Order: sequence, then structure tokens, then C-alpha cells
Amino acid sequence: MKRKLLTGNGAAAWGARLAATDYIPAFPITPQTEIIEALGNWIDTDEMDARMVTLESEHSMITSAGAAAATGVRVFSATSSQGLLYGMEMLYTVAGWRAPFVLVNVSRGLSSPITLEPDHNDILAARDSGFLQIHCSTCQEVLDSTLMAFRLGEDPRVRLPVIVNLDGFYLSFTREPVEIPDETAARQFVGDYDPENIRFRASSPVSQAVAVLGGSPYSYFRYESHLAAQNGLAVYDEIATEFAERFGRSYTAIESYRTDDAELVFVMMGSFATKAREAVDRLRENGQAVGLLRPRLLRPFPAQHFQQLLAGKKGVAVIDQNISMGMGGVLHSELASALYGQPESPRILLSFIGGLGGRDISLEEFFEISAVTQRAVEEGQVPPPRLLYTESELREVRKLQAVAKVERDELGEKK
Amino acid sequence: MTEVKATFYRRMKDLPSTHLLGTGTPMCSGCGGLEALHQVYDVIGEKSVFVNAAGCMTLLSVYPFTPFRGSWLYTAMASAPAGAQGVRDALDILLEKKRIPPEENMEVVVLTGDGSAYGMGLSATSGAMERNLDFLYICYDNEGYGNTGQQYSGATPHAAKTATSKGPLGFPGFKKDLFSIWAAHKPAYVATVIGTEPVDLARKIEKARSLKGPRMIIALAPCPPGWDFDPKESVEIGKLAVKSGVWPLKEYIDGKVTHTKIPRQRIPVEDYLKHQGRFAHLFEPQCNDALINEIQKKVDDYWDEVQKTTSLDKE
Repeated sequence: MKRKLLTGNGAAAWGARLAATDYIPAFPITPQTEIIEALGNWIDTDEMDARMVTLESEHSMITSAGAAAATGVRVFSATSSQGLLYGMEMLYTVAGWRAPFVLVNVSRGLSSPITLEPDHNDILAARDSGFLQIHCSTCQEVLDSTLMAFRLGEDPRVRLPVIVNLDGFYLSFTREPVEIPDETAARQFVGDYDPENIRFRASSPVSQAVAVLGGSPYSYFRYESHLAAQNGLAVYDEIATEFAERFGRSYTAIESYRTDDAELVFVMMGSFATKAREAVDRLRENGQAVGLLRPRLLRPFPAQHFQQLLAGKKGVAVIDQNISMGMGGVLHSELASALYGQPESPRILLSFIGGLGGRDISLEEFFEISAVTQRAVEEGQVPPPRLLYTESELREVRKLQAVAKVERDELGEKK
Repeated sequence: MTEVKATFYRRMKDLPSTHLLGTGTPMCSGCGGLEALHQVYDVIGEKSVFVNAAGCMTLLSVYPFTPFRGSWLYTAMASAPAGAQGVRDALDILLEKKRIPPEENMEVVVLTGDGSAYGMGLSATSGAMERNLDFLYICYDNEGYGNTGQQYSGATPHAAKTATSKGPLGFPGFKKDLFSIWAAHKPAYVATVIGTEPVDLARKIEKARSLKGPRMIIALAPCPPGWDFDPKESVEIGKLAVKSGVWPLKEYIDGKVTHTKIPRQRIPVEDYLKHQGRFAHLFEPQCNDALINEIQKKVDDYWDEVQKTTSLDKE
């Protein structure tokens, strides 16, 4: 074990290296590129015994990742944002092949307008693809989750590809002290990849990913994937327990922070949840019983874990760093469906949207979210979903618009 | 120069007499693509993985049946060559790391229609060639999006009537020169074939098998429902395509294009066109001589150019 300052991208690359990945199909995209550069350099200096190939698109990258996994080697790949969407057809396709591999997604807001900074619309677009999803909030967690992701996906009860998600910039380019596990300890934990019956060999020909006729066989295979994904809940808990025993770091399906005696609970995913954590501490100092839940596992969705952790709470504020146009926050909807009709579920479940395209969520905003939620509890009324935006932000945008207008008028005059 | 050993296939009786591809597939009767695939598969053999893109032949393997004795992987319409990349790389890794013995190795074969090859899959194909992927690519070219009812594609010939070009002049565009586009990448091998010339086809697949790197084959696939002719005419139409010079049989190797069968006395293109309903509007209700002549001239110009370069080679 050694301790080193690593970026989130560096931590992801270390995860792939320590898992003894055989094959890395790659394609550059900001803010993920550092991952494949690090792996490429290790391969060039013989520190890593793997093969890396740069494809001509993410669509091809995901195809070759799935095809190599279906041939029987351990595969790692990484992408981000537009790249994840460009490969979307193949995410759905290769998940159905039931050939596990690990894909890191470095979250970044989607076009339009085009941007580089993070939110979760990219990864949530892959929500229903069949890939399992682990969401990280620290660089250490990125490395550890990558190792756990191989175990999870390759487990005979699961056999599905897994996405490990980290936020662009806030994690991808932020250096944190990371404990890098010993190579042998990591290898022992991850184990060798056993492709089982999903592989191509001359002596035992097989047809994979064939067409079906009719809804009956189609439904059968789709249900199989769903049931396998659900198996992932228990398997994840097992793996996380074993990981904690071996390495001393615990990663429950939902991270729970000061919720035991909390009356109000924030629910958030990803690195921005560390901001919520800070807000919880400050609110606690002020005598308010507030806690935080952060789902690490989004697929399979830990519905029962949420039901237990939120039983008896008075109010919940879900802060979504994503937006489903015409509906609102995705995590809010998911949580609502998990809690609905459960006898001990909190009746007050509020939705806030914030952090789109890397927009900060300030401590004051968390205080306001807490106050609004407290008021809703007292009044017994749930207010409509709230889009976080400040007057000063709006004023800044108005300034940009004013500049745009002046420039346009100026150019128009010259014509 | 690439070393190519003397061919085993000199005449019809040299061709394999046992056929490997199973029968009872959902392909249409008279399918020129299936005819070519049968012959191709006899030469390639069962130590192969066919990586397929969306098209007619996706229906060859419908759960739980397959006519292949070897392996199969369906991918998507655009990325079969990338699927081949993954399979080839994984097999190489397994061989290098000695996790499988050499006899478990297989030939990786991409199988797509023209819709994928000429259009959506071209970027992935270009990438595979630029990475010098060791694979065979078989394109069955029925000159349109056949599986969806023959809409025009980048492979559709000038004036052909398709489900999306039903006007009096048919398809206004021209068939894309995929052979040249592929050859411009300087892969190990590019060839055109047709099922109605089995010896030529077998020799080319044999040659391709003896080489390493990207080996690219386009098989013209007469298509009874898409081209609108009686399935029993399929072989005859294939022969006419070659005799009229519409479908030149050629190969690219080491930077040089060679025609493997030059029709000495080309028959008029009219004889090829008039057998197919997709060109019926050139003859009925009255003959569109201008358009027929335009098609004839394209073919003549092509072969004039061939003659010029061939005679230059001799000098």
C-alpha cells in the first residue's frame, strides 16, 4: 500500500491497472482523457500488461469493449458526456450480451448548449441500459469502486457491465490523497476473470447476441437481465463487506451521514454531496437535526435501503444535479417511487434542481433548502420543485446578453 | 510484394463438394447474397466468428437456430468492424497470455449488407483498416436497404426504381465506388466477387485467407424481391451483370488493381437491365434510350479506362 496524491482520473486508471485489465478500447474526450493517457503510458513502459486500442468513435469503442468481453478477456474503458451518448446504442446492446466489463464515465453536462463542466444528465441517460452504476464522491472511492465494479459485474449471479461514475473537474482534475492498494492484495480481491460460457473458442462454437422472433423470447431475455441487475444489490453488499475487511474502507450501497437522529435528510449523488455534508455539519452546529444520504449504487436501485434509512423521517430534500425536461429531477422521481405507500415513509419529499453544468451550490442554498423543507414539514404542504438560481446569477446572464446585443448592433451598423 | 501461393481452385470440380452452411434459413429464395455466402463459408470453414451488422443476414441466426457451424456475434448496424476488433484483439491477448492454445484461434469475419458497408458502417470500416485489423469483411451488396423493403442506399445504381425512388427516372444518384474507397486505405486485399462466378470467388477468398490484415470483399447480390425478378433468374442475372461489364470482377493487392475476368465481348447493358423490374421504366411504356445510353456509356468509359491502364502496364 502506498499513499499518493491522485486526481479522480488517476484513481480510475489505477483501478483498471490493479484489476489486471487485459484490454482497453479507448477514445479521447474531455474530461476523461487523462485516464486513457495514464493507461497508455503504463502499457508503453511495461508497467501494465494490457493492450489498448483507440477506436474511431465511442460507438465503436463500446462495441469492441463488449465484443472483447464476450470473447473472454477483462476489459476496461472510459468515456464522458457526449461520448457516452454517442455510444448509447451499444450500451444497451452490449449489456444484453451479459459479458461484464467496467466503463468509467466522467460526468459532464450534455449539449445544448455544449459545455465541459459536470452534471448527471449524461449518466442518467444510461440509467435503463442494463449497465449497473456506482457513483463516487472522492478520488479514493473512484479507485476502490473500480476494483469492486469488476467483482460486481463478473459475479455469476450478475454478469452485467458496470459504470463507475465520477464528476468532471470536481473529481476528475482534483488531487486528493489516495491509498493505492498493493498489487497482490488488489489482484486477490478482484480475482481472475472467468468468462464461463460467454466466450468464443474454435472448439466450442457459439452464437451470441442473436435475433429473437416475437415478444416472448424477447421478454424472457430482458427479464433475465433485470433479475440479474437486482441480484446485484445483495452481491454489492457482500463485495463491499469483503472490501472493508480487506482494505479497511467501507462503501455501503447508500452512504449515510448523521442521519440516525436526523429529522430532515438531504439526498444527493456524486461529488457535490460533499458540499451537502459540509452544510449538514453547519446546520448541526446550529442545532438542526439534518442528515445526508448519498446513493453509491444507482443501478440496481437500493430501494429497500432507502425505505429503511428514511423510515420515520419528517422531511426529505432531493437535490438533483440533472433535469428531465418537463418533469424535473430524476433521483427525486426514483426515490418517490421507492417510498410511495411504505407505512413509515416521510410524507414530505421535496425536489430541488442545482449544479447543472458545474454551477456551484452554495452553503446558503443548502441552508435555504433545509428551511424550505422544515417549513413544508410544519405546514404539511409540499411546494413545487425548485430550480436553484440566484438573482446575481441572473444579473450576470443579463450582462452577457447586453454585451451580445451591443456587439450585434455594432456589426449590424457596419453592414 | 505479398507472397500468394498458387491456387487450389482451378475449375468447378476443385470447389468443395460438402457445404458447411446449413439450410432452412429465412433468406428469400434466389438470394444472391446467400449464394455467395455459401461459397465463401465453404472456403473459410467453421473455425470462424462471423460478426454481423443489421441487415437481411441478421436473420440467419434467430434464437435458437443458426446455419453456421462456427461462431456468430450480432452487433449493430454501424459497428461490426469494431466488434471484429474486439474479438480479434481478445483472441490475440488470450493466445499471447497462453490462456488458450493456438488451435482455439479463429478467423474473424465481418458480414454486412451494403446499407452498413456503404453508409453507416463506413467510418468503423475505415478505422479497422487504418488500424490494420486482421479480418475478413464480406459485404453482400444488393444495392439498397433490402431488409426494410429496398429503399435506395449509397450502393443503388443510377436510374434504379426503389421504394424511395419511384419516379419516372428512378434513383437520380450513382452507385458509390466502395472498392476504390476501400482500396484507398491500402489494406491487404480488396476484391469484388459474385456467386455466379464460383471459381473466381473461391480463388479470391482463398487468396484473402492466405494474407494478414484487412481483407475486403464485395459480393454483388442479385435480389429477387428488391430488384423485382423471378428467383429462378437469379443466377442468370448475376452472369449478365458480369458479361455486360456492369459488375467488374477485380482485386486490389500491393497497390495494384487487376481485373480477374474481362468480358471479351461485352453484351449491351440493356440485356442486364431489362430482366429486372427495377429498370422496367427504362423500357415501358416507351424506351428511354437517353437513360439507357447514359448507363451504357458509364460502363464503356469504365472499361476503356481499364484497357488503357492494362495496356500501359504491358508497355
